[in-house]
Amino acid sequence: MSDTMHDALHAAPHRDEHTGTTTTGHEWDGIRELNTPLPRWWLYTFYACIAFAALWVVLYPALPFTGMGLLGYTARGAADADRAAQATAAEPMLARLRATSPEGILADPDLRGYAVSGGRVAFANTCAGCHGAGGQGNPGFPNLADDEWLWGGSLVAVEQTIRHGIRAPDDEETRTSMMPRFVADGLLTAPQANDVAEHVLSLTDRATDKAAAARGAAVFAENCASCHGERAEGNREMGAPRLSDQVWLYGGDKATILRTVSYGRGGAMPAWERRLDPATIRMLTVYVQSLGGTEPAAQ
Amino acid sequence: MSKMQKPAAFSPDDRNQPLYADRVRVYPQAVTGKVRRAKWAVLGFCLGLYYLLPWMRWDRGPGQPDQAVLVDMDKGRLFFFPIEVWPQEVYYLTGLLLLGALGIFAATSLFGRVWCGFACPQTVWTDLYMLVERWIEGDRNARMRRDAKPRWSAGDWGLKLAKHAAWILIAAATGGAWVMYFTDAPTLLRDLLHFDVSPSILGFAGLFTLSTYLLAGWAREQVCTYMCPWPRFQSAMLDDDSLAVSYRAWRGEPRGKARDTSAGDCIDCRACVNVCPTGVDIREGLQMACINCGLCIDACDGIMTKLGRPTALVAFETVGNLAAATAATAAIPPGPARCAPGMAARRPARLLRPRTWFYAAAMSVIGAVMIGAFAGRTDVGIEALRDRAPLFVRLADGSVRNSYTLKISDRRASVERLAIGVEGLPGGASWGVLNGGEPDAAGRPTIETRADGVAEARLFITTAPQGRPEEESTPIRIRLLQPGSDTERAAVGTVFLRPRS
Repeated sequence: MSDTMHDALHAAPHRDEHTGTTTTGHEWDGIRELNTPLPRWWLYTFYACIAFAALWVVLYPALPFTGMGLLGYTARGAADADRAAQATAAEPMLARLRATSPEGILADPDLRGYAVSGGRVAFANTCAGCHGAGGQGNPGFPNLADDEWLWGGSLVAVEQTIRHGIRAPDDEETRTSMMPRFVADGLLTAPQANDVAEHVLSLTDRATDKAAAARGAAVFAENCASCHGERAEGNREMGAPRLSDQVWLYGGDKATILRTVSYGRGGAMPAWERRLDPATIRMLTVYVQSLGGTEPAAQ
Repeated sequence: MSKMQKPAAFSPDDRNQPLYADRVRVYPQAVTGKVRRAKWAVLGFCLGLYYLLPWMRWDRGPGQPDQAVLVDMDKGRLFFFPIEVWPQEVYYLTGLLLLGALGIFAATSLFGRVWCGFACPQTVWTDLYMLVERWIEGDRNARMRRDAKPRWSAGDWGLKLAKHAAWILIAAATGGAWVMYFTDAPTLLRDLLHFDVSPSILGFAGLFTLSTYLLAGWAREQVCTYMCPWPRFQSAMLDDDSLAVSYRAWRGEPRGKARDTSAGDCIDCRACVNVCPTGVDIREGLQMACINCGLCIDACDGIMTKLGRPTALVAFETVGNLAAATAATAAIPPGPARCAPGMAARRPARLLRPRTWFYAAAMSVIGAVMIGAFAGRTDVGIEALRDRAPLFVRLADGSVRNSYTLKISDRRASVERLAIGVEGLPGGASWGVLNGGEPDAAGRPTIETRADGVAEARLFITTAPQGRPEEESTPIRIRLLQPGSDTERAAVGTVFLRPRS
């Protein structure tokens, strides 16, 4: 205990000479704190606050195990009311979105702006987990901002994909196909797989073994061309990617290609039709278009 | 610590110090004089401005509000005569607040708390309420007598009721005028008369009605002494050269009867205290509760004139001059003889001194920056938000694309089609605008601005397949151009990024 505090407790209080008021005994560098009385109305405001708090406890659900409070307010109810009000406010615009084709939405700046904003939120909620926050994709999950599309990049095709998904087990119209497990199922031998991988690398001038690549061309024509095309240009009916470009879904290095040939691939995407309303799916379609990848792309 | 547990010894002084202080009612007396006239003028100007400004019209063309001063919360626009401010230009408000703060600092260092005493809304409305109170209830003595009565007559009750009714009417007009700054005034008045207004408007009008009535009618000087932070740091603004309302104690003391020749000029008539709206005694010197309104000057001047003594016993005076006059008259016995040498010892108040220069310089700089920023405003503006996820997109042919969201603002009521150009790109790179309009004669994409709003567009810049930029990050400029020409309307700098490998 400091001497000052001791003095403050035991000595007669110091009285400030200018104001005639006592000081609290606190002193900092010779500056003392006046013990000015509180105005009485201020005290009453404290009482009013206490009364307000008591009223609040009765009106709102403040005490545990005592029910709802007289007003019957619940935070959940308030949130539901907010959501309902928001849904009511949004309904006219959503109705217009449902009634307008994606192309029609693009032609109307107001609708387009609304759809892109709404689509951005829906995308973050439902799509970003796999496709990334900006649609940039992840290994096995396509980049939606580039110009390579497995199943088609038109607005119609994109909307179809969102609605019915890829290899979605619970949707009859889902997009489906299968890349066989060539080596694992004994369709190709390991050396053949190596040759065809070298052939695929040679399509983008990256072959490490020219002879193997040449041998692989025959293997490719026999086993792969039916889906990926004679010149490996891909086939959107089958969701078979073009192999002659720079975009790789799972990776374009030889080890990854070899693994793809050996064990197959079959990415899946949920059918969103049953989880999202048509207007949201339409907004998502328009939002994906705004990422820049869809066809026709920017002029 | 052991000492602390001992009961503290209480002294009788301790018990004399109450925890709570009852309010001392203030009954300010009517006063006339030059300061009072100045205060009436300021009051009339401020109240007139406040109540009438929403009714002023200003033609901005079709589709735009014609109210001279309007804060449109829904559209996010502030209209001030020909000026239209957008939300992103809130730094003008920052500038105004800085100017306001520095202006009050400067005024206080020059003339004490003149803001408090003359222009503060609390003072202006309290003054108006006191005027109404005097009209209805009578002056100081009548009001004091009435309040001291053990029982009020029907007439007393009537006067009190009339006073509060008048106060509430003024408060309602004040609250009503407030919301008129946020919505079209004539429409709102019509809606108010039909009781057809939104709960939020009614809520704000009610809030300002209630606070006006409570603060100007009931709280009054309590606001200045207990609620307002300004009195607390006024002492930092005042110096020896500030002209604050002061009592010339060297001339007035010792107080005595008018015929007492050995006394000073102050006859202790308490006129200065009686007129004071905060109930202080100016003769105790600079004090926190004094709002520097100067009504005590008028009161004292009236008394001095009646006595045939020189006026300005209470005056706007500097601390330095008070000290100089005190020193110069110390040897002279109290009385009229002190007046001339005391006044002669004073020197003119030094208005120009380092701190006022500093305030003036700071205000000039801020004002110049604001005027410069305002003069540099263009009708059309462009901002570019680079996509950050992904930073770039590799396309199938090996080229690299960067995506940007363009925000093109147009303050005008009309729209215009403008071309988008990009400067600083490596050869072979191309750009396109998603959902844009027909390209212009130079083959550049075009977009249409949005009248009094912001048009948004997606810009994609793509390199040639083998034409990657040298640098990982290339500075570029996105330009808003007159279609078919190179006339630049606005431009913004950003970067183009390519993959590391």
